[in-house]
Amino acid sequence: MDPECSKLLPALCAVLADPRQLVADDTCLEKLLDWFKTVMETESSLHLLQDHPCLMELLSHVLKTQDVSPRVLSFVLRLVGIFAAQEDCFQYLQGELLLGLFGETGALSWTAWNMPSVRSGWIQGLCSLAHHPSALHFLADSGAVDTIFALQGDPSLFVASAASQLLVHILALAMQGGASGSPISEAAAWPICAQKIVNHVEESLHSKATPQVTQALNVLTTTFGRCHSPWTGVLWGRLSPPVACLFERDPIPAVHSLMDLLLSVARSHVLNFAACGLWEMLAQTLSRLSPTQAGPLALGTLKLQHCPQELRTQAFGVLLQPLACILKATTQAPGPPGLLDGTAGSSLTVDALLSSKSACVGLLCQTLAHLEELQMLPQCPCPWPQVPLLGATVTILRLCDGSVDPSSSMGGRLCGTLGGCVRVQRAALDFLGTLSQGTSPLELVLEVFAVLLKTLESPESSPTVLKKAFQATLRWLQNSHKTPNCSDLSPDALLFLGELFPILQKRLCSPCWEVRDSALEFLTHLIRHWGGQADFREALHSSEVPTLARQLLQDPESYVRASAVGTAGQLSSRGLQATSASPENPLAQQGLLMDLMHILSTDSEGFPRRAVLRVFTEWLRDGHADVIRDTEWFVATVLQAVSRDLDWEVRMQGLELAQVFLIQAMGQPSLHCPYTVGLPEATSPRPHPEFLQTLCRLPLFEFAFCALLDCDRPVAQKACDLLLFLRDKTTHCSGPQEAGDSPNSASVEAVLQRWREGEQGQPLGDLEPEAMLAILRSLDLEGLQGKLAKSSDHVEKSPQSLLQDMLATVGILEENEADCY
Amino acid sequence: MLDCGLDMTSTLNFLPLPLVQSPRLSNLPGWSLKDGNAFLDKELKECSGHVFVDSVPEFCLPETELIDLSTVDVILISNYHCMMALPYITEHTGFTGTVYATEPTMQIGRLLMEELVNFIERVPKAQSASLWKNKDIQRLLPSPLKDAVEVSTWRRCYTMQEVNSALSKIQLVGYSQKIELFGAVQVTPLSSGYALGSSNWIIQSHYEKVSYVSGSSLLTTHPQPMDQASLKNSDVLVLTGLTQIPTANPDGMVGEFCSNLALTVRNGGNVLVPCYPSGVIYDLLECLYQYIDSAGLSNIPFYFISPVANSSLEFSQIFAEWLCHNKQSKVYLPEPPFPHAELIQTNKLKHYPSIHGDFSNDFRQPCVVFTGHPSLRFGDVVHFMELWGKSSLNTVIFTEPDFSYLEALAPYQPLAMKCIYCPIDTRLNFIQVSKLLKEVQPLHVVCPEQYTQPPPAQSHRMDLMIDCQPPAMSYRRAEVLALPFKRRYEKIEIMPELADSLVPMEIKPGISLATVSAVLHTKDNKHVLQPPPRPTQPPSSKKRKRVSEDVPDCKVLKPLLSGSIPVEQFVQTLEKHGFSDIKVEDTAKGHIVLLQEAETLIQIEEDSTHIICDNDETLRVRLRDLVLRFLQKF
Repeated sequence: MDPECSKLLPALCAVLADPRQLVADDTCLEKLLDWFKTVMETESSLHLLQDHPCLMELLSHVLKTQDVSPRVLSFVLRLVGIFAAQEDCFQYLQGELLLGLFGETGALSWTAWNMPSVRSGWIQGLCSLAHHPSALHFLADSGAVDTIFALQGDPSLFVASAASQLLVHILALAMQGGASGSPISEAAAWPICAQKIVNHVEESLHSKATPQVTQALNVLTTTFGRCHSPWTGVLWGRLSPPVACLFERDPIPAVHSLMDLLLSVARSHVLNFAACGLWEMLAQTLSRLSPTQAGPLALGTLKLQHCPQELRTQAFGVLLQPLACILKATTQAPGPPGLLDGTAGSSLTVDALLSSKSACVGLLCQTLAHLEELQMLPQCPCPWPQVPLLGATVTILRLCDGSVDPSSSMGGRLCGTLGGCVRVQRAALDFLGTLSQGTSPLELVLEVFAVLLKTLESPESSPTVLKKAFQATLRWLQNSHKTPNCSDLSPDALLFLGELFPILQKRLCSPCWEVRDSALEFLTHLIRHWGGQADFREALHSSEVPTLARQLLQDPESYVRASAVGTAGQLSSRGLQATSASPENPLAQQGLLMDLMHILSTDSEGFPRRAVLRVFTEWLRDGHADVIRDTEWFVATVLQAVSRDLDWEVRMQGLELAQVFLIQAMGQPSLHCPYTVGLPEATSPRPHPEFLQTLCRLPLFEFAFCALLDCDRPVAQKACDLLLFLRDKTTHCSGPQEAGDSPNSASVEAVLQRWREGEQGQPLGDLEPEAMLAILRSLDLEGLQGKLAKSSDHVEKSPQSLLQDMLATVGILEENEADCY
Repeated sequence: MLDCGLDMTSTLNFLPLPLVQSPRLSNLPGWSLKDGNAFLDKELKECSGHVFVDSVPEFCLPETELIDLSTVDVILISNYHCMMALPYITEHTGFTGTVYATEPTMQIGRLLMEELVNFIERVPKAQSASLWKNKDIQRLLPSPLKDAVEVSTWRRCYTMQEVNSALSKIQLVGYSQKIELFGAVQVTPLSSGYALGSSNWIIQSHYEKVSYVSGSSLLTTHPQPMDQASLKNSDVLVLTGLTQIPTANPDGMVGEFCSNLALTVRNGGNVLVPCYPSGVIYDLLECLYQYIDSAGLSNIPFYFISPVANSSLEFSQIFAEWLCHNKQSKVYLPEPPFPHAELIQTNKLKHYPSIHGDFSNDFRQPCVVFTGHPSLRFGDVVHFMELWGKSSLNTVIFTEPDFSYLEALAPYQPLAMKCIYCPIDTRLNFIQVSKLLKEVQPLHVVCPEQYTQPPPAQSHRMDLMIDCQPPAMSYRRAEVLALPFKRRYEKIEIMPELADSLVPMEIKPGISLATVSAVLHTKDNKHVLQPPPRPTQPPSSKKRKRVSEDVPDCKVLKPLLSGSIPVEQFVQTLEKHGFSDIKVEDTAKGHIVLLQEAETLIQIEEDSTHIICDNDETLRVRLRDLVLRFLQKF
């Protein structure tokens, strides 16, 4: 502990022990504990206690009087736990102090025990100290374990959960101590503490009360999740029969906890599953649970690494069942091969689908989400039933939009239940998008396009559904006809686009801004992907979409304006901007560049301005015709607008643009990676003196210096990087002038100094490149970079500052107290 | 009579009435039979494969054969769309009753009728076709003329004089006002949330309640919200006026309307909105008020053309008490409740009585025109259809659900302009009806047959029908239905002096009885118990005396008995009084007490007690008195 803190500690302990002093902020105590933990990592807690008697005084005082606030009591319990984690310190504290705090006559008998924070502190204290065999004896002798059992049912969920975690911790500690080599196959030979816990868990599993069963299951789940020693196999061997008995009860108690346990056991690497009957248990569970309950278990099972194929098939069947029912209810005649050959359990699924709207919607959304997750995983079942799944998803979407003609009465009821159901539509569209990765027959792809068109066109589609539909459409366009080395749109996709553009036109005029926004984003993606393809360009040009998108630059909603900026930028990059200017829209007659400049300098919202800079940066990078016509003017105008901008992200983007400009003129920044060898420095061209003049004229230097002093750290960091790059590139430039040599640079330094002091109005004036370079070299940019890299509160984060803050807060309280009298 | 709407779909069979001479319409070829017989070619014209009657449009009246409308005492009107047939009934059937409606219903109904009369009268058509109506000829015509029902009863539009006369028979009522009808029932209008002044009606007697739910809406639009609570505890709920487009959500349709409008105008086209002069147009203007600036349409003129446009826009602003809460509170600021006032002030919305006059000076394109009639058969809309129909830049957007837009467009084919169908019907859909019925829980629901099965075009949509328990009773056209309740009780009033003379006896806690002798006086369906006439004066002649002795009223009344006989105690009492050898037998209805020694039998049942003994009157009287001990007398 550093001496400054040592000095402050007595005063702080006195404050904490004083019941009149209120520690107003809980987070201070948390930080204090964190600090003590850090100190304990390197120092002996025993020495710390001996060197700082004030700590012992605080502990004894609390033990004797308990007249401090519950939060200080909780703090002290946890602090003692941290100290006692080291065995020598534990011995030192053992006796009156530890028993008085953690024993049956300790905290349990305090009035403050009814505060959840104190109970939580007691548990956490024990959790910290339980790290050595002595602690185990203490726990066994003090009766603490029984208290922990009771706390498992605590009304505070945090306390109850912490109690369960503590039990697992103690069990693991006990077994770790006992297991010297091979596992003790006989549980009866386990350490007493462990036996006590296991007996308790076993009793709870036999209990008729669901909460107790849940507690036991949670303890086991955590145990199998955390402990991977051989003894866990013995534990499962002993407890799996009572767990299996739970499945015979009707209804099955604590279903979710049971499933968690089974999956936790199944993920363990220690157990021999075939021998312990886990697979059978999982299989039975899957067949016994309701479809909604079985879904998460089925997904969990499929995610397992070493699962028998038979069980995987069963689990996958559970996930497919609801979709199989949908197909069955809506398909006339037997039709194509269905999702499932067997129909076991389908009546349960049908019941779940038909019982109520919420049950039906819940089951379908869950199933679709699970299948979507599954398809992305390496454990994805193979063969993947792409065709029936796609058919079922399209059918669900049709049920939602009411366009399906069901063949059965169940189909009719589903139609009524799912009609216009936004939740199911969203889930189905998400899954539909994922299904685009598979290979599908053309007729189904056409069906997908048809249902997507219907959704995009329907006036009933909500904005969120439309957004999902746009996303799914994009994925299908990208993947509909994957041919190697060809990113062109298929003829079907082109036909689809022909129908899509009129719909997109309408959506761009929607009164709902979210819809206009998603339509623009979708359009931007389309252009980015296929803007170079002739057929696409023709289809786009024959619609009004480019004109309408351009008009949205004036949208009243800033998000839409921002998206419109992106779209217009993309259209222009691809040479697809609106061709004919309508007489009502003078905007279209001007160049887009001027429009965007106008937005950059006048738009009241940050999003459109940021979007403009992103477009400009891209244009500069790609050599857009409007930019290269007069790059210097372009950069100067942008920097001028950006330097006045109040939005730090805009200023950041401005620096990004400046960097692109510099890189184009001066080459890539040199890499400082020690592992890169053989990159000759000489490749970077030396900047032409005229270019340096240009930089002064722009004025890029002024902009970067100004940004260096920006109150927003990321901007200053970026400016620092930029100036470092500049300095790096100009090392060999110009004469041997040093900073301060010329009167010009002296005046610049003076201005910079004033800027630092907050007067940023004054311009740097006309500067010579030499003066600029001199200043650049004189600045400690590396030092600044280091400082900026630290978080802004690095000074305030020190423990000394924490202690001072706590004392200061109490001081203020004292003053207030005096005022009161 | 509940409502008297006018079926205007009949007008779709007629050619449009152009405001200015239309060479296209006047040069349509006449229609001839398959065999080439052209005797109908003056009456029927052919246009793009459809046949239309070239005559003044005619309307299909309410059923007049089933009942004699002169016997109708009262007509209850639920909203201004449901009174369009009123002049036909009040002026031509001998009707002498009263019509009840709210003030906005009457005033806006007047505007709708006035507009209708104006639309038809201002383009007088000399020709009147009637030959085609001959049943033998009608059979030979193509559909839909062939299938038109009761064409012989179709009538031309009424006159303004008839409208005024009909409206003079309306008695204005306010929401929740109770109106006595001949003492028999009380009727009360309730807000139905559909249109300004629209009502549902409660018809109730003292013990029965029938609710009539017509066009109602649960959406938040301009009218006062629907009063659902007052519909509770109905014996019968007659349900009608549900949305005509159950699959279209009004919000989505409004979005669609705005999108298509903006799309057309941005591309330099004009938008035509065929509409009624009141109702949804207020909501559309309000949406556009919020939308036009954001869509960059501030410079686009909006025209509202109707002979009653001005009155409609102004009326809407003065019916504050009939508006939704938000709009009501604006009045106190004071601000106009509808934002169309501001649109008018800022010249964004201009209104004209017709296309003639000022409008032609101000007319600027591209623009948006709201005008009638939604059937596209008469009104200024005909002119715009002819004017704009040829350009694909223009769009006609249908918002009124009353007419099939394809049928409405038929005489304008071939048409280049875009047609968008955005029916905005805010009336209850089936989900809302289900919720409403669960909430108000009527004992029985009565509704048109169409609501009890899915629409024919979507027979699988089981959700598009009424689902309630017990199942709704349905009716079809001209079917007579007995409502499922019997009037079993009437309330009777007791005059105070008679009530004073009563001496009730409590026979059970909370139940008191008293005998009453009175005269029941019934007049105007009110029943009053009055004190009986005083005893007649001593008769002066023997003959009279004999007559008065026959009057049973003057006999002394025997007391009435009540209570039940506890068998065990009764047996004990019998034993106390010297009866022995008593046996008690249980029977299905009560008990039999056997006095074997006395050869007597006492039969005790719930509502009677019999003593059966063999000619021993003394014994009977003894036993009777013992029985009476256990009963109360009054």
